[in-house]
Amino acid sequence: MTSAPSDSLVKISNLSFAYDNRPILTGINLEIPRGKVVAIMGSSGCGKTTTLRLIGGQLKPSQGEVRVNGQVVHALDSDGLYELRRKMGMLFQFGALFTDMSVFDNVAFQMREHTDLPEELIRDLVLMKLHSVGLRGAHALMPAELSGGMARRVALARAIALDPMLIMYDEPFAGLDPISLSIVGDLIRRLNDALGASSIVVTHDVQESLKIVDYVYFVSEGKIVAEGTVEEIKASQMPFVHQFVWGEADGPVPFHYPAAQSYGEEILEKAACHG
Amino acid sequence: MANIPLNPPDAANQKPAVARKKPAGGTGSGTPKTTAPRRKPHGEPFPSDPRPTTFTGKLACALRNLGHRVTGAVWRLGFASRFCLAIILNSGTALRRFQLTIREMYFTGVLSLIIILVSGLFVGMVLGLQGYDTLERYGASESLGVLVSLSLVRELGPVVAALLFASRAGSAITAEIGLMKATEQLSAMEMMAVNPIARIVAPRFWAGVISMPLLAALFSAMGIFGGYLVGVKLIGVDEGAFWSQMQASVDFREDIINGVIKSFVFGIIISWIAVFEGYDAEPTAEGVSGATTRTVVTASLAVLAADFVLTAFMFRGT
Amino acid sequence: MNRVTLDLWVGIFVAIGLGAILFLGLKVGNLGSSSVGETYRLEAKFDNIGGLKVRGAVKSAGVVVGRVAKISFDTENYLALVAMDIDKRYKFPRDTFATINTAGLLGEQYVGLEVGGDTVMLKDGDTIKKTQSAIVLEKLISQFMFDKAAGENGGGKK
Repeated sequence: MTSAPSDSLVKISNLSFAYDNRPILTGINLEIPRGKVVAIMGSSGCGKTTTLRLIGGQLKPSQGEVRVNGQVVHALDSDGLYELRRKMGMLFQFGALFTDMSVFDNVAFQMREHTDLPEELIRDLVLMKLHSVGLRGAHALMPAELSGGMARRVALARAIALDPMLIMYDEPFAGLDPISLSIVGDLIRRLNDALGASSIVVTHDVQESLKIVDYVYFVSEGKIVAEGTVEEIKASQMPFVHQFVWGEADGPVPFHYPAAQSYGEEILEKAACHG
Repeated sequence: MANIPLNPPDAANQKPAVARKKPAGGTGSGTPKTTAPRRKPHGEPFPSDPRPTTFTGKLACALRNLGHRVTGAVWRLGFASRFCLAIILNSGTALRRFQLTIREMYFTGVLSLIIILVSGLFVGMVLGLQGYDTLERYGASESLGVLVSLSLVRELGPVVAALLFASRAGSAITAEIGLMKATEQLSAMEMMAVNPIARIVAPRFWAGVISMPLLAALFSAMGIFGGYLVGVKLIGVDEGAFWSQMQASVDFREDIINGVIKSFVFGIIISWIAVFEGYDAEPTAEGVSGATTRTVVTASLAVLAADFVLTAFMFRGT
Repeated sequence: MNRVTLDLWVGIFVAIGLGAILFLGLKVGNLGSSSVGETYRLEAKFDNIGGLKVRGAVKSAGVVVGRVAKISFDTENYLALVAMDIDKRYKFPRDTFATINTAGLLGEQYVGLEVGGDTVMLKDGDTIKKTQSAIVLEKLISQFMFDKAAGENGGGKK
């Protein structure tokens, strides 16, 4: 199963996925090099989150494969998958903190579940992780008492609790004010470099993510339509990328949801019926 | 551009039976791929079916709807059974780290105490009043203790306590697990390599199973005390006759142990339905509130049906 | 919620729950009165046991001394065979008389043991020889009416 680890931590080749009969992803090829922060961008509902779930092994691809650290994710049994997931951290869209536990217990959760560390050591580690996201003073609060930005940071501290080799971010910037936004963006970059990990940021926030990432993939309608370094993307003249990066309302991505017949035809038909 | 993959315009033409095959990710089989969002088997049968106009068309549509409901129900039942199996297979953590279960027993058991004790007292008092009224006519008011205790220990204790438990604790369990699912906490737990069935579902299930017989016994005891208060203290039935006739006709094995067995079975049923509905809830606010309602309705009906079956088996001979 | 208080509450809950089961067993049920101790088996044959049931009481002088363990039908001489578990503390002479009585007019039926004067005591597995069957109300009434009719007829002949 373990081929010689290449220089890329995650390698997705010819990946397709469909819910029931609806295709979500078709023929994705994607690589996450070690130590880099890679962004997957695209409009809402284009299959970005699905890609993360496929990497985390929560979904099985209908075609193709995902290799993480040389292992094919969907070929692992549940023990192997759990073993692999311990080396992954994931930040969910709205943090997904355990609401019945304090901030401290949230961060300590994985340490208590997966290690036999003594409680004093766990305490030190947790406070260290919380310190790295600037929330050491908030360790006794409950998740309900946190603001959106703080919750996101706590979730980040929780995601890096076991020093993962791969950190995945699902819309880390959604619903944050500009200050929290740049704090979180800054943290993603700093933590990645400090831990020597690799990161995948799934987002549609172009401006913020272009500041922090090394490489960008654009996904549209379940396909990768463009990729490149930040400079390449900014300079790209591809209509879709241009529309996305500069946020234009109409363009290759149409304003109208496709209808069976155009509005004009429908009106004409109605008029014909009544007339 | 013509077909955006998420919502193909020809979705109406898709056969729902095909769309409802096994959902992605083998949900509930105890493997880690469990909380993947999946299509509900019973959700919106024909989203944009053109309304048939001919009679045969309507009939075909009605039949398809009926078939869809039936297969949906069977599918769900099978899924619930597999889920139950997964809970039992993943109970190691809940039983080894019993602190997890104890914590849940606080929420299911201790917090249900007040409603159980108060209802038990009142049900017993009403039984005392009504029973005395009826027994008086036959000059058998000394048998009040027998009437109160037998009806409580055999039927009312387990059943009413179970109904109260379903609405107090069962709905709370469903809401909690459903909310955890809606806020992706279950998904997050899975990504942290912790099986949510073992860590979240199983402790709640076992806490319910353990709490239920204790609550039912408390209900019965409280009810008998209530009957004693009304019968002996208020109306003035002879105290000695009240207790001695009760003791003479309530059998430990026949009545009390059977009552405990009943409440134990009810505990399994309610906890199972509650955790299943929560785990299966659609991860939205409406989904969770709907699941909570379903828990109370389904659990109550299931308790009454199971009570009939159990009673038929237990007390038929005597 | 502090873990210690939580544990305390759950502890209280379990304790009173078990206490309630114990209360039901001892105070409400017959666990306290019915001796769970040693018993020995006696058998008796009756022509008719009426409505006697398994686990019915066996009483002597009104005191419960045992329970009916098994009721079967003896195909050899077409009699009801009643097996009783009698408390080891109570011994009965060999010429004890077993009857089937009714508690009150419409109450439950039980086996009554009337003690004889023999010096030899019944042992485990012994059979009580002298029995009297249940009084069947219908039979009693019809017998009474028949007797009365017979008496009237006889009176007419005399």
